[in-house]
Amino acid sequence: MSLTFILIAAVTLLAAAAAMSLRNLVHCALSLVVALAGLAAIYLNLGAQFVGFAQILVYVGAVAILIVFAILLTRSGETPNQAVVAPGWLAGLLVSAAVFTTLGWAVLHSTSLPLEAPPAPEATVKNIGDTLMTRYVLPLEVIGLLLTAALIGAVIIAMREEKPETRIRSGGSKMEKPTTPSSILHPPFSSGGHR
Amino acid sequence: MTPLQGCLLVSALLFAIGLAGAVTRRNAILALVGIELMLNAANLNFIAFWRFGPHPEALSGLMVVIFSIAIAAAEAAVGLALIIAIYRHYKTANLDEIRNLKG
Repeated sequence: MSLTFILIAAVTLLAAAAAMSLRNLVHCALSLVVALAGLAAIYLNLGAQFVGFAQILVYVGAVAILIVFAILLTRSGETPNQAVVAPGWLAGLLVSAAVFTTLGWAVLHSTSLPLEAPPAPEATVKNIGDTLMTRYVLPLEVIGLLLTAALIGAVIIAMREEKPETRIRSGGSKMEKPTTPSSILHPPFSSGGHR
Repeated sequence: MTPLQGCLLVSALLFAIGLAGAVTRRNAILALVGIELMLNAANLNFIAFWRFGPHPEALSGLMVVIFSIAIAAAEAAVGLALIIAIYRHYKTANLDEIRNLKG
């Protein structure tokens, strides 16, 4: 356990705890960015360069921006007045403490973990590319299909669904009452007559 | 304590923090952030076992982490789109106030 690993791990864990405990959601998102960058530093420290840079690109670059946009669109950027934790927060904390205790006990008392570290393995980008294109080519294609389907689905879910009568071109009637935006969570034909 | 045990302990603590946040926070976005932290803890476990385990030249742990990052990105996109759609319907992102299935 080197000193750099301890420092990076401390920063990561503190930032993660801050991301889960601060009241303002924007501060939570910024702390999450610090935690994810610290995880990327841990990956680099362990010799996984490609995964470290992919972590920075995907998480710090894309997922953090998505979360900030979601905070913006749901107007939860200001600090809430009421409590930010659910009523049963003590039980949740106890459960997670029990999970950590169990995992830590298992890690510290396991006899099947290798004791000495092997020499640093060779994981260049060329090796990773070769492996991706030969042995893992089917999972790679499946992941591509999954990403395409998930992004199209995300766009369709988040898309504002217009009611059919609002498609009529309003000929200068500025006084028209704006229709409330409906989402796809509505049942398609909610006549309400039949129970 | 060996470096592998250090990595695993950090990962366990990160998982516990993410679990506590996902269970206790009321805002839906924070619950999703907690899930992301738990996924990252699992990724750290894979990297640690790849680095300190036998046969690191097979690159299995690295491949799992790369695919896991891609799936986590898709999950974040779909989850945040769901949260935005729910906010548009209920005008809130508070998980305690979203009670009924049929709006």
